[in-house]
Order: sequence, then C-alpha cells, then structure tokens
Amino acid sequence: MNPTALSRPLMVLAGLCAAAAVLAGAFGLAAAGQATVNGLVAGSYLGLGAIGLTLVFGVLRLVNFAHGDLLTAGAYFVIGLSALGLPLSLAVPAAIGGTALLAYATEVLVWRKMRSARAGTLQLFLTAIGLALVIRFSIQFVAGGQARTLGVDILSSVEFGTVRLGLMQATVLGVGIATMAAVGMMLRHTTLGKQMRAYADNRSLAEVSGIETRRIVVATWLLSGFLAGLAGLLYAGAIGTFNPNFGLTLLLSLFAAAILGGIGNAYGALVGGLIIGLSQEWATLFFNPRWKPAVGFAILILTLLLLPQGIFGKARRKS
Amino acid sequence: MSLDFWIGVGVMAGIYGIFTLGLQLNAGFTGILNFGQAGFMAIGAYTVGLLVTGPGWSLWAALPAGVLLAVIAGVLVGLPSLRLRSDYFAIATIAFAEIVRYTLQNAEFSGGNQGLLGFDEEWRAVVGWMLARLAYFKLENRTQLPLLIVVWCVFIVLLTGLAALQKTPWGRVLKAIREDEDAAASLGKNVLSYKLQSLGIAAALAAIAGFFLALNVTYLYPTVFDPTFTFLGYAALVLGGLASYWGVALGSVLFWALIEGTRFIELGLNGGQQAALRFIIVGLFLIGLSMLRPQGLLGNRAEMVARS
Repeated sequence: MNPTALSRPLMVLAGLCAAAAVLAGAFGLAAAGQATVNGLVAGSYLGLGAIGLTLVFGVLRLVNFAHGDLLTAGAYFVIGLSALGLPLSLAVPAAIGGTALLAYATEVLVWRKMRSARAGTLQLFLTAIGLALVIRFSIQFVAGGQARTLGVDILSSVEFGTVRLGLMQATVLGVGIATMAAVGMMLRHTTLGKQMRAYADNRSLAEVSGIETRRIVVATWLLSGFLAGLAGLLYAGAIGTFNPNFGLTLLLSLFAAAILGGIGNAYGALVGGLIIGLSQEWATLFFNPRWKPAVGFAILILTLLLLPQGIFGKARRKS
Repeated sequence: MSLDFWIGVGVMAGIYGIFTLGLQLNAGFTGILNFGQAGFMAIGAYTVGLLVTGPGWSLWAALPAGVLLAVIAGVLVGLPSLRLRSDYFAIATIAFAEIVRYTLQNAEFSGGNQGLLGFDEEWRAVVGWMLARLAYFKLENRTQLPLLIVVWCVFIVLLTGLAALQKTPWGRVLKAIREDEDAAASLGKNVLSYKLQSLGIAAALAAIAGFFLALNVTYLYPTVFDPTFTFLGYAALVLGGLASYWGVALGSVLFWALIEGTRFIELGLNGGQQAALRFIIVGLFLIGLSMLRPQGLLGNRAEMVARS
C-alpha cells in the first residue's frame, strides 16, 4: 500500500471537518451543527445506496440506471407488507431481503442473457432504463402516485444540546453508520469481500487467479439489492413522506457519490455519499432548501469535468 | 375510435419523430448516447414561450431564437462532456435534463409549475386560415388537422434532409467515428468537433419538436418536458431501427399508435393506473427489443454488429 492511499481519506476527512468548523464560525454552532447532522443522515443513505451502484459497475461493467428504483422498491415493500398485516419488525427485514431478491431476479431474467448475447452499450443502457420504468411504474400502478409514509413515529425527537434530531433520523444515522462499518469490514476482511473487490478492480486477473465468476456476480447483485433496499428505507424514514419517484431523484446523487469516490470503488462510494449528503445540507445555510438537489447535480458535473477518475481513483487503463 | 383521436396520435408521432431524428443522428450514426434530449426540447419551447409573452416577439421570430439557444446549450453541454467515456457522457446528459426540469419547476421566470400561457395567438390565426381552406373537404371541424399537416411536412423535410446529409462525406465521417474513434482521429478528423456538430443538430431538432409540442398542448409546464420523455424517443428509435432515418418515421407512428391505443384497453383502471401501465409497457418494450431484436424493424444488423 502506498502512502497516498492512506492519506487521501484522511485529507478528505480533514477537509470536511475544516468545512464544518468554518460553517460553525459563520452561521453559529446551532445552525451549522444541525445542518451537519442532517448531512450525515443524508450521507448514510446516499453512501449505502451508492455502494451497490459502484459494485455492479465494477464487477459487471454495467451502469445500472434501475438502481434508484431498487431504493423505491425497498420502501414500498415495507408499505405493502405492513398493509398485509405484518408488524414493522418483520416487514423491514423482509422488505430488504425482497429488494435483494428483486436485484437478483433482474440478473437471472435479463442481465445474464444480455451478457451472453454480448449486447452493446446502447442496448445495455436502454435495458436498464426499461427495467427502471417497469419497477417504478409497477410500484405506482399498485400503490398509487400519492405521497406515503412508512407509518412510523416521525414526530418524537431527541436533543443533543442545541441540535434536534428526529427519533427516526437518529435511528437512520445509527443504522446507517453501523451498516457502513459492517460493509467496510466485510469487503476488507472476508474472502468474498476481497474477491469482489479484486474482481471489480481487474476482472481478467481475478479470473486467472481462480475466483469463481458466477459466485461473485450473484453476491454482487444480492449485496447491491440488500443495500439499496436498506438505503431506500433509511431515506423513507429520514424524510417522512415520499412518492414512487424518489429513487429516480436520488439516482443522480448516487451516481455523483459513486463517481466522486472513483467508480468501482466501494469505500469511495461511502465517502462520496457522505460528501454529497453533507454538501447538500450545508448548502441550505446559503440557499433556499428547494435548491438542495441542484448541489448534487453540480457536484456530479464538476466531478465529471475535473476529476472523472474520482478522489481515490487512479487513472484507469483502457480495457 | 374517432378520426380526431387518430389525428392526435399522428401529431404526437410527428412531433416525437422530429425529436427522435436527433437521437438517430446521435446514437444511430455518431455513436454518442444523448440522454438529455428532453432538456433541449424544453429549452427550445420555453425560449419561444418566454420571448413571445415577455418582450412580445413574433412567434416566427422566436422559433429560430429557441433553436439557436438549444444549439448553444448543446455545445455547452457537449464541449466538456463529450471528452468523457461514453457512459459518463450519458450520465452527464441525464443530469443536464434534470437540471433543466428542476430549474423550470423552481425558478421565477418560467412560471414554475403553473406554467406559461398565451404565446400561440399567431399560430391560431394560421389554424383558422387553414381550416377555412379545409372546409372544401368538409374538414373544418378537425381542429388538430392543421398542426398534423404542418408537423408532418416539417418532419418529412427534416428527415429527407438528414438522410441526404448522411450520404455526404460529413455523414461518412460520423459513421467512421461511431465505428472507431481512434481510427477516425488518426485520419486527421477532429472527432470532438464532429460529435459537437452532431449533438448541436440534435438539440436543434429537439427545439423544433418542443415548439410544436408547445403549440399542441397550448401551454408550457415542466412535466411536459420530463426527462423520462427522452426514453419514449429511444423506444420509438429502437422499434424503427438504428441507423435508419425512415425507421424513425415508422417507429414513431407504430410506437404512438400502440401507446395511445392502450387507452382503449378496458380494464377498469383509474387514471393513475392507466398512465402507469403505459410506462410499464414502454419499459417492457425497451427490454424486449434490446434482448430480442436490437436492430429494430428497419435497422441494419450489419451496422450494429460492427460497433461493439
């Protein structure tokens, strides 16, 4: 491991802390603290959502435009299962599992066949967009387009000094950070995690060294769907009300996070998500909050223009 | 199924046909994946609407201004992002269309979600004149017929123009870029410049389509130009066939007849479900065509295989 690989995350962390400190000086501790906490909440669902996007790209070379709608599916599975009478404690894990299976189903029904037919870029993109439309509008067909809630308590809140945090948001933050840590450990220390990263980094080298492709592909889809479902739930819990379009609106922020972190790099996606989440919430100190999504777009465009390989990325060889 | 209904379908097929000609030029002939076409369409339409309602321009003077602004937007979007890998370019163009939609919904100048009204008086005068002539054929009650005639005349002119352009050396360079960028560059062709020209022409076509769409819906609001509509164009494109301009006309007519025809399926659905069902069909369409017949109906398989 070369020294820059270690120092870059530290530099990013230091930069974020410095930005927080400057904002605290300019807008007061209370306002800046609140925005920072909100940003961490947003960063946790963006980061977790972006991991799946980046891993699917890394392992399968697939830009999955349907990924945002997997987040939507996660939230709506909970609504559907609750409507069937399942208590929330069962509906939540079932919904996340269901999203993982949905992601896996797209692999079995569509992507496996597309790969063996050696489909071109345009075919792959249009198929992904077709899948996105089918998932999103099937949800809308069944559940309607109106705003929904998860049916959980969103009014109670906890206070830390001057910073107020909804009980749901606190839960989201806790679950988000715990999952990020768990996923990080899994990718770093388990055999499967190492193989997935190796495969995402250099496919032919991984295959030559005896990594079983099929297993990695299945694991990638299941993990990607699992995290997407969880991220969708976290978003739904943190925001309160949502409609079937929310996954689509988050998709560009997820792309921004994945590209910012260096596409194919799972840790990078987590960090990218945190940066996007914090920037969007910090921006509300300067602008009307309705322009919040514009910050995600701006970061996406700037990253593509200035740093297309991402903050941790090395310039990629053409394959 | 009344005649008026099918005239309406024909109008949409013509408008989106013009829109899709641009996608054909980009995706089919240049190999660049422009996913932001709806954004260019919105820029064209809103420029016309704002110039007429604001400083009181004539509708006919506002149209070229709208086209020009869309071309400028195309160059501004393309200049940095066409240097990127093709998948990043696609993402960048989607982001562009989302930014346009977001701005129109939230900014003051565009009227937000209330929309923009009262820019089409001069057009309605033309409609009145044309309907008076159509009275010879007892068609004076078909109020959408003038738009159908004008849109399809423009569509056919643009289509034959593009098809002719494709046979020139310029068109062959585009195809060379699609097949192998590095080879085209090694022959001294400025690849970026050609791609920019292709994107700029597509943006102009989108702006013209936006102008007609504005006349068709009679008032402008952001959801008419939702970024998702780009993919209706792509569905028609792959249905008709890649790398074939006549395929665009065929695909557009078939696609819109199919989509509008779903209104007649009586399943006891409410309005929201009916609308959702149409998009589910579009999605299945995109998946099915990509898997089963990626070259479309009139597409040239040989042109596609060479690409990957």
